Amino acid sequence: MNAIQAALKSRPAAAFDVERIRADFPILQLKIDGKPLVYLDNAASSQMPQPVIDRLVRYQTTQHANIHRAVHTLSETATCEYEAARSKLQHFINAREEREVIFTSGTTDAINLVMHGYGRKFIKAGDEIILTTLEHHSNIVPWQMLAEETGAKIRVVPINDAGELLLDEYEKLFNARTKFVGVVHVSNALGSINPVKHMIAFAHAHGVPVLVDGAQAVPHMQVDVQDLDCDFYAFSGHKLCGPTGIGILYGRAALLEKMQPFKGGGDMILSVTFEKTIYNTIPYKFEAGTPPIAAAIGLGAAVDYLSAIGMDAIAAHELELLNYATEQMNRMPGVRIIGTARDKASVISFAVDGVHPHDIGTLLNQEGIAVRTGHHCAQPVMQRFCVPATSRASFAFYNSIAEVDALIDGIRTVQKVFT
Amino acid sequence: MADYNALYQEVILDHNKKPRNFGIVSPASHHADGHNPLCGDHISVTLNLAGDSVDAIAFQGESCAICKASASMMTVAVKGKTRADAETLIQEFLAMATGKLDLDSPNHIGRLAVFAGVRDLPTRVKCAILPWHTLHAAFNSVASTSTEAEEDPMHATIGNA
Repeated sequence: MNAIQAALKSRPAAAFDVERIRADFPILQLKIDGKPLVYLDNAASSQMPQPVIDRLVRYQTTQHANIHRAVHTLSETATCEYEAARSKLQHFINAREEREVIFTSGTTDAINLVMHGYGRKFIKAGDEIILTTLEHHSNIVPWQMLAEETGAKIRVVPINDAGELLLDEYEKLFNARTKFVGVVHVSNALGSINPVKHMIAFAHAHGVPVLVDGAQAVPHMQVDVQDLDCDFYAFSGHKLCGPTGIGILYGRAALLEKMQPFKGGGDMILSVTFEKTIYNTIPYKFEAGTPPIAAAIGLGAAVDYLSAIGMDAIAAHELELLNYATEQMNRMPGVRIIGTARDKASVISFAVDGVHPHDIGTLLNQEGIAVRTGHHCAQPVMQRFCVPATSRASFAFYNSIAEVDALIDGIRTVQKVFT
Repeated sequence: MADYNALYQEVILDHNKKPRNFGIVSPASHHADGHNPLCGDHISVTLNLAGDSVDAIAFQGESCAICKASASMMTVAVKGKTRADAETLIQEFLAMATGKLDLDSPNHIGRLAVFAGVRDLPTRVKCAILPWHTLHAAFNSVASTSTEAEEDPMHATIGNA
């Protein structure tokens, strides 16, 4: 039994009032061509509740100035609020210290920071980087760029037909040249939840640091970076009911201190002369220039909102949606779910016989249903399942059983059009 | 407002189900491969020019219904036409798909007007025009084309659609 299933068992389903939660999200009241919006593209980006919108408005109307600079009141207020947001994020993922939480522009930026700051300093020609077939392009391309630059090699952990990582193969990839592991916590394309804690422990036994791409995990489950014992953990604000343009890199302080800065500029320095620049301490060493202050504060409000509902309650409700949708879709002739891992987050990639995903997407949109169609920035996953693209429904805690029914009806309509 | 129903109408669904001229012309005087990297769709067009006319044309590939029906109807439309007339039709089709063609003014679109609805679906415009890009590339002996390629002579006209 995984953590989500355990959480579901331990609490009564009725306690989760999805209608009350839906009332917090103004966008869910929209109609698309006269049909109620059924928003099932949460793995791409989640919607924002009113308290987060209000927080952004309050910041812009009463608190905005640049941070870490002036002595005037507004600058002090903005700085305090920005650092308070860092503290909220620290507690949300249970980091040891605030300085281990770096504000980035998103998961991609966070991974690039590690590639430049750690990879370019410590990974050399002939060294090996282990990635997995399930990675999003954002945890593949930066490492390929590094490999091209340094002459390092990339090794890839394969998956089985269910979309689960082959742990035996993972363990066999380790050797004296292995210098880094990058692994996605939850697959954005298939929903597979990877056993990252076990994988981290194995890597550490070989003295190898691990970066976890948590973009799809943090919105769906309680993540504890100390419990995982990961070295780096990256995620995005906009998948977490927060604004776009903000993300987090958690890094172990000892590693962050050894790393070189990614971007140079203001705020990341202690002193600058043309002869020598002394870098600031972490986390500021990695936050060059004026950061997205409002977005950071908005993300702080988003994790407050999520924490008030409770990540365990969220995980339990989403598992209910996932199980119900899976059951319904398994009963439909001509519909195939791609990705059937035992441990899954609330993501369903599917194919409908004889219908291209783009046609599914357009026809579902006609019913007001928003799904993602395409390769989901995970082309190696598509290649593994020999499909150019899939349709993907991804559920958030504000989705309802009635919306799953709307999806199922929508797929039936698609099938009718194409018979 | 988008008229989705007009897009998935009988004629498009029929060409998707039973594509005309599906396969390859061999040997071919001209050929090109078209690729839409955003969705993974690809189409190959092979054709033989007899003198200046399209004597034989075929397409094959993996794509959505809009793309496949567009390719199928394209092959029907240009077969027997001169290269110049086919190029005119390509321009008119691209203009129609991007909402820049006045269907009431004189044109050669004919039955291809069933694709006019894509102009309201920006994310699907590329599906409809990929075969026509590929035909253009074939005429110009460009080995492969893409809806994203910078050197694509058509790229400027479709913009960010």
